[in-house]
Amino acid sequence: MSDNILEMRHITKTFPGVRALSDVNFEVRRGEIHCLVGENGAGKSTLIKVLSGVYPHNDFEGEIIFNGKKVTFGSIHDSEEAGIGVIYQELALVPEMTVYENIMLGHEIRRGVTVDVPEMIRKTEELLKRVRLSVSPSAKVKDLGIGKQQLVEIAKALSRNMSLLVLDEPTAALNEDDCDNLLDILRFLKTQGVTSIMISHKLKEVLKIAETITVLRDGQTICTLDRQKDKVDEQLLIKHMVGRSIENIYPPRTSKPSDEVVLEVKNWSAYDPKLGRKVLNNVNFHVCKGEVVGLSGLVGSGRTELARSLFGNPDGYVVSGDLVFKGKKQRFTHPRHAIRSGLAYATEDRKRNGLILIKSIQENISLANLQGVSKKGIIDEELDKQSALNFVNSLSIKTPGINQLVMNLSGGNQQKVSVAKWLFVGPDLLIFDEPTRGIDVGAKYEIYTIINDLVAKGMSILMISSELPEILGMSDRIYVVANGTITGELDAKSATQEAVMRLATQY
Amino acid sequence: MNELLTVLRKNVREYGMYIALAAIMAVFTILSHGVFISSRNIANLLNQTGYIAVLAVGMTLVIVIRHIDLSVGFLSGFLGAIAAISLTQWHWPVWLCILFVLVLGTCAGLLTALPVASLGIPAFVASLAGWLIYRGALMLVTAATGTIIIPNESFNALGNGYIPDLFASETFLPGLHKTTLLLGAIAIVVFIAGQFADRRRKLQYKFEVLSGGLFVAKLVFMSVVLGFITWILAGYNGMSWTIVIMLAVVLIYDFITRRTVIGRHIYAVGGNPEAAELSGINVKNITFAVFGSMGFLAALSGILFTARLKSATPQAGTLFEMDAIAAAYIGGVSAAGGIGSISGSLVGALVYMSLMNGMNLLGTDISLQYVIRGLVLLLAVIFDVMTRKRKA
Repeated sequence: MSDNILEMRHITKTFPGVRALSDVNFEVRRGEIHCLVGENGAGKSTLIKVLSGVYPHNDFEGEIIFNGKKVTFGSIHDSEEAGIGVIYQELALVPEMTVYENIMLGHEIRRGVTVDVPEMIRKTEELLKRVRLSVSPSAKVKDLGIGKQQLVEIAKALSRNMSLLVLDEPTAALNEDDCDNLLDILRFLKTQGVTSIMISHKLKEVLKIAETITVLRDGQTICTLDRQKDKVDEQLLIKHMVGRSIENIYPPRTSKPSDEVVLEVKNWSAYDPKLGRKVLNNVNFHVCKGEVVGLSGLVGSGRTELARSLFGNPDGYVVSGDLVFKGKKQRFTHPRHAIRSGLAYATEDRKRNGLILIKSIQENISLANLQGVSKKGIIDEELDKQSALNFVNSLSIKTPGINQLVMNLSGGNQQKVSVAKWLFVGPDLLIFDEPTRGIDVGAKYEIYTIINDLVAKGMSILMISSELPEILGMSDRIYVVANGTITGELDAKSATQEAVMRLATQY
Repeated sequence: MNELLTVLRKNVREYGMYIALAAIMAVFTILSHGVFISSRNIANLLNQTGYIAVLAVGMTLVIVIRHIDLSVGFLSGFLGAIAAISLTQWHWPVWLCILFVLVLGTCAGLLTALPVASLGIPAFVASLAGWLIYRGALMLVTAATGTIIIPNESFNALGNGYIPDLFASETFLPGLHKTTLLLGAIAIVVFIAGQFADRRRKLQYKFEVLSGGLFVAKLVFMSVVLGFITWILAGYNGMSWTIVIMLAVVLIYDFITRRTVIGRHIYAVGGNPEAAELSGINVKNITFAVFGSMGFLAALSGILFTARLKSATPQAGTLFEMDAIAAAYIGGVSAAGGIGSISGSLVGALVYMSLMNGMNLLGTDISLQYVIRGLVLLLAVIFDVMTRKRKA
């Protein structure tokens, strides 16, 4: 027998039109911390879902050997029984219930017909000690920070005597301290004989903790690196992940913005009656024709509120101030009016409020401009198809066809559909909220290239982003938002990440 | 053959409904020794389906935009009574009565939409209030008179009458309704011509089309089905006015949902209201439009039902809303919003009413009938969910 706790052999999993995994081999040694890395859409999450039984054993090809035995899981329940605990990005805790109720959920300790609360609390305390979390077992989960919730989730997995712990991007939502703490705990659990598989995008963190690293790309195993034998650094990982080394993350722009002002916002304030407070206070800025203006700021600073208040104000803020668009004073009262005037807004969360996931690519692309494909209210089906096809080709959206539902596309391709929708409107100014959130390195480059093409053709772009390198790499000018107002304007060429951060934390 | 299988597999949900309908009809035909498929019974079945199908069409759109309208049953009962009163007591001409009731129905629908669209009150609650109100209103207007008998022949024809045979002849095809045959023939020609035009345009744009053989097979199959239905109807009194009205409603709504801008908007609002709003669609207006249309169709349903009974009763419309909701769900509409077709709901209504009609023919006990209808609804929804899962 080998010392492998897990072997996944020749795993192939297909979705309609997409081969998500093709002949993947994945081995994990007993007692190690193994990291799984790859771009978005490389197949990491799919592989984990195959392992955990989310995709039952007759839904894919290949075999799984766990603890030396061939296993066939029909559901998550089966894999948990076997001792595999998976902690997903979206935590599976009930916020309104207490820590001990959550940990014992589904495995309550009974005493006759009632639950044995004292015993459950005692056991929870023990488990919390193992993950070094000092909270009361009776605290409600919703009152804990996200980092602590993560630990509760791990404690829950431990309560079921899991011998293999799988964490899907556990640190994505954590701050640095919580991250370090989590990594510490993984090391500690290792000493207690728990094997961990961790999926992560943060390569620094991977290098800190992993003993073995497996790289997936396009649904295939590219390599498995042993830290003791191989010399591994960030550059090498990126090279394996994208299949090429990325010299220029940001494509060079050849066009220059003109002096003609497209959008000017003066003394713009907004009051949110639902929250009962001002969300924007005296905002002043402008955007020129052919210019990329970056709007930076921390989450909750008012960036998105600013965009939405300009774009027809769908949240019903009480706004004041001047909005001059293409030389005319405007006050859009519905997104429709903004769109008609040539102002478009691609939302930050394409799944939640950008796209209609259950509808086809074709229907999504023409949604904001059905006049463009209809006569007297009747849609010209062929024209609609043709325009969708044109965008699929020009933006190289990877799909088996324009009838494909948007929910079946990868994040990067969904974002391209969102872009196509707004390009079809033909706006003069596109407010692009988090243009590359949740998409992989390759797709990012493509989105940046599209942005450059658009401004070269004279469109203006107001880009909202949380990623400082992106703001610095793509913008001509940068405005920084903090606490509902603009705290500074920077020239992108001379700006530094530190300078932006300083303005963003200024109150 | 392979192509046929892939097409079938791709559209298993859609075709499943038609197959289920055909199976149900076949079973009842066998069990009733052919009575079920007789011209007389099919005409009767379609006339029964009319007022539910009309409601189901409206309800489909309401469910597509993630709402529900419970008020429409008693609303149609109440409006039927108003029609009866305006005819018998106010002595209005028939056309005015119908117009008045349709306008009233549309207003009632808009009124239901008001709290839903502007205050965000759940449609379940808002329309439950309507359910109570219209029930009371129906009892109130019929309190003095009880059941109102309608003596007006042209009004009652809407529920009982048949289109006149313009080419009645004793020698040529005796016993068949020639105008109905002609209409059927026209429908087949229009269908085939439409299919060819569609195919030509698609080829022009170099889109994928069915292979020649399968295309012809589809044309032949659909023509035979249309021809068969026409033949059966022509064997009795021909097309009834109810069938004409029902077909008109279905065709118009089918066109609106599949081919128009407002149709796309409705499905977008159902698929993701927030994304729709940010794409420049006025969600509020769509909500008003859909509920308004529901009210309009409730009025139409009330007229058809009242004309069929030749009277307005204090109980008219009881549970119609539930029948319509069941028909829509059997027809494949999704409660999560954004999914559901008009043709599906028509088939759903036909399945539902075939069951009722067939079991009545067989003399099945009424209590058992409810159980079976419930089971069929459950099966249909399970089938729907299973096929949807497979696709995803």
